[in-house]
Amino acid sequence: MSARADRVPGRARREGRAGLAFVAPALGLIVVFFVLPVVAGFLLASTDFDIYAIRDLATARFIGLANFAALLHDPVFWKALGNTFYFVLVGGPLSVAVSLGVAMILNARLVRFKGLFRTVYFAPVVTTMVAVATVWRFLYHPRFGVLNQLLGVVGIAPVNWLGDPHWAMPAIILMSVWKNFGYNMIIFVAGLQSIPGTLYEAARVDGAGPMQQLRHITLPSLRPMLVFVSIITMIGYFQLFTEPYVLTGGTGGPLNATLSLVMYMYKQGFRWWNIGFGATVALVLFLIILAGTLLQLRFQRERE
Amino acid sequence: MTPGTHPAHPKGNRLSMAVRVWVGGALLAATLALLSACGGPTRHATVLFWALGREGEVVQSLLPEFERANPGVRVQVQQIPFTAAHEKLLTAFVGGSTPDVAQLGNTWIPELVALGALEPLGTRVRASSLGPAEFFPGIWATNEIDGEPYGVPWYVDTRVLFYRSDLFAKASVTRPPRSWDEWRDTMRRVKALPGGDHYAMLMPTDEWAQPVVLALQAGAGLLRDGGRRADFKEPNFRRAFSFYVSLFAERLAPPLGLAQVANLYQQFADGYFASVITGPWNLEKFRLRLPPERQGDWATAPLAAMREADYPGVSLAGGSSIVIFRPSTKKDVAFRLVEFLADPKQQLAFYRLTGDLPARTAVWDDPALVGEPHLLAFREQLRHVTPMPRVPEWERIATAIAEATERVILGQQTEDQSLDQLQTEVDRMLEKRRFLLDRHPAGASP
Amino acid sequence: MRKLAVAAALHLALAIGAVATLLPFAWMLSASLMQAGEASKWPPRFLPSQATLANYRALFERLDLGRCFLNSAFVAIVSTAGALFVVSLAGYAFAKLRFPGRSKVYRVLLTAMVIPAQVAMLPMFLLLRTLGLVNTYWGVIIPALAPVFGIFMVRQYALSLPDELIDAARVDGAGEFRIFRTLVFPLLRPILVTFGVFSFIGAWNDFMWPLIVLSDERRYTLPVALANLIGEHAEDIELMMAGSVLTVLPVLLLFLVLQRTYVEGITMGGVKE
Repeated sequence: MSARADRVPGRARREGRAGLAFVAPALGLIVVFFVLPVVAGFLLASTDFDIYAIRDLATARFIGLANFAALLHDPVFWKALGNTFYFVLVGGPLSVAVSLGVAMILNARLVRFKGLFRTVYFAPVVTTMVAVATVWRFLYHPRFGVLNQLLGVVGIAPVNWLGDPHWAMPAIILMSVWKNFGYNMIIFVAGLQSIPGTLYEAARVDGAGPMQQLRHITLPSLRPMLVFVSIITMIGYFQLFTEPYVLTGGTGGPLNATLSLVMYMYKQGFRWWNIGFGATVALVLFLIILAGTLLQLRFQRERE
Repeated sequence: MTPGTHPAHPKGNRLSMAVRVWVGGALLAATLALLSACGGPTRHATVLFWALGREGEVVQSLLPEFERANPGVRVQVQQIPFTAAHEKLLTAFVGGSTPDVAQLGNTWIPELVALGALEPLGTRVRASSLGPAEFFPGIWATNEIDGEPYGVPWYVDTRVLFYRSDLFAKASVTRPPRSWDEWRDTMRRVKALPGGDHYAMLMPTDEWAQPVVLALQAGAGLLRDGGRRADFKEPNFRRAFSFYVSLFAERLAPPLGLAQVANLYQQFADGYFASVITGPWNLEKFRLRLPPERQGDWATAPLAAMREADYPGVSLAGGSSIVIFRPSTKKDVAFRLVEFLADPKQQLAFYRLTGDLPARTAVWDDPALVGEPHLLAFREQLRHVTPMPRVPEWERIATAIAEATERVILGQQTEDQSLDQLQTEVDRMLEKRRFLLDRHPAGASP
Repeated sequence: MRKLAVAAALHLALAIGAVATLLPFAWMLSASLMQAGEASKWPPRFLPSQATLANYRALFERLDLGRCFLNSAFVAIVSTAGALFVVSLAGYAFAKLRFPGRSKVYRVLLTAMVIPAQVAMLPMFLLLRTLGLVNTYWGVIIPALAPVFGIFMVRQYALSLPDELIDAARVDGAGEFRIFRTLVFPLLRPILVTFGVFSFIGAWNDFMWPLIVLSDERRYTLPVALANLIGEHAEDIELMMAGSVLTVLPVLLLFLVLQRTYVEGITMGGVKE
């Protein structure tokens, strides 16, 4: 391929020019609307740029790492950080596990109407989060909500889902799992289909039960996919915003129990216009996601 | 990979399909762009007017008269939910997309003046029929910064007690409470009434008005050193704070945030809670939303005081003003709108539509207001109101106060821990203010 | 016999899951047809006593949600069309055209996907402010025009196009853009449809950025308008549910029609990595 191009230098030059021209719109947009803002974000994080500075730039001060120091002493930040990790570490694995479980059932040879079930399970994924959260907000209502009525049938006392700080995050996790599991389920179904049936037959001949098959065939075969799914799920879950925003009327309550890092950034940055401080929160989020991704990739490499 | 596409006929069916998709998409986009671009007739001067909550819905019915009186002027009202209003105003300021005219909670005026967002109205006001003497003095004062008016009061707002008189009677309560002790006793009796799950009172845990009102009744100043520092650990504030959170500890009020109150009116009618501290905008809503058979069962009363001797207790000197934003290019027309809305005739009409209390004192002598029993409480309460600290950071501070009470109500912190945290938080919020004040010691109000 | 029992158990589990998945939708639809106040009556009910379309009428007549519907459609269609153009060019170039720095730039782009969009938001708002794009549709659309995952999708697909085809066109003397327009673009159609569905649904559902950028309610997209409505009309549960139905319906229909393409797009990302 490259040999052919070398033979015709004029054409190679033309191709190079065309290549640059073709990527130019994309790169231009990315530089202006992503790279520049990200770099500016780092700079902003070292200032106390706020709404006064919008009026008069002279009131903004360079304060170095003072925003980070303030974060470390800010109980609300720690709360938001803790909530975010709660959501990622409980909600993430739960969501992946449900996806995998459903995918395995769907993949079973005995199951009929696979397409229908797949469509049903997938429907929440494409629907609008704001609308979904609007609905769930009322499903969770302590008095009139469907959820508590169902629990009542089983004899469980009503739970103040979104009003009790202990239950608010589980409520958000439950809704998120409902909304998201279909996405990873699709990926897992594709992965399961690519595992050769002969592997299972051989295992059955060797007398392996379903659990052993899961441990020794299914999970190892799916490992690359599991890593991929875990990373995208983690990145997505770290960016929790719309769910608590809509469920709690933009507050992150009760008691900041559902305040996520992104919501905290939103509140500080776009509600109170403490832009420097908000940029610092965003930066922390980035560092955490970066660390999480590297950790998972490393983990995968060690296993291999 | 893509069977069927052969180089021999690269301009086959597929291409024309692709072209059609592109052209179709572009056409559709252009059509939609046109659709969304033609918002209204452009030859008119359009005044953009942001109004909050229900007022935004109702005020539209007053405006045809203004438009008739001002040919060529069109007022476009945008309705902003109260809960998002402060955020929207600041965003508009930062984004340079402020409206011409807006309704503004009067506690926000210092903040927007500090940002230089509002047009000073002194000259225009002096040339008009609108003078301080025409309005409640305490309310007019909330519109002035260093003697310069930046807003004209539209309606006044204070909080009183709305209660189910039938339930109070059933609990053998003979009069609305006058002191905190009497109030608490009343609530206990109502709570003890038979019947399922119910409460004496609704006080949404994420609202700042109730704890702040109690603090003011106890004589707390909230801030000190000219608004440079927080003052939440002095005994007065502490007493009010304890009283407020104890109402939840006794389960006299449900520990619910605003977002979890499904339908305030329905639940008030059901007797799920028997009273609520709220403002005049709810007069109209109660009339509209409570079922007819409940209309005789509710009443209003001024708030209790900490000590009976001080009855009635103070409440918020709240209200909304009409302001003009500095970047507006239509200030003359905009001020005519301000005058129109402050006109006694319109104030009366607006009161009839919303129940919002006229800011112009003259209107209060109208038979429509004199004969209204639910208004008596407001009439009396308005003589006992206190303004909020006039610092730009007030909205944030108020939010922090609500959060501090919530932490205790929901059992996450003790009162001391919560007050410590509140004090630290608010001191930090005021850091920039201290810096700016010390930079301009002349007292140019930031 | 045992096989039958297992099959029955599996189907039962799947059916329970399906009911649980559909329940919120069913309640949304049912409550949207209730009379005002009916959804918060005690004892609660699941079905409307008498179905009414009053809530939908109120949405369109009183709250002007039809306008927001058009706004959403405009934003979603324009940003999808624009992104299709940008992404198809770039994806193809990264797959098939040799130019200096190609693999390095591509790798940097992929790595940048780890950076959450939120890091850019505050500075981007200030940038849009200086460009005068705050509170405009373009402020929502432009930052969404070059999604890296789209470039990635198209590149992966374009890699499998036969080189001989492109070289043959070059030998015929066709210019690079002409080759792209007449030869490559049609070949990329399947992946572009997939990406288009993704992009449209993503743009339709997007909430945070439109919430930040749009301040004039006449420009609100549906999700922003809906979140705004809850702030104002929280007690009108039935009205909120009608708004939710209206918001969800277009994407749900689009998905049902183009289900297969959409699902293929997901598995592509997952399997190829």
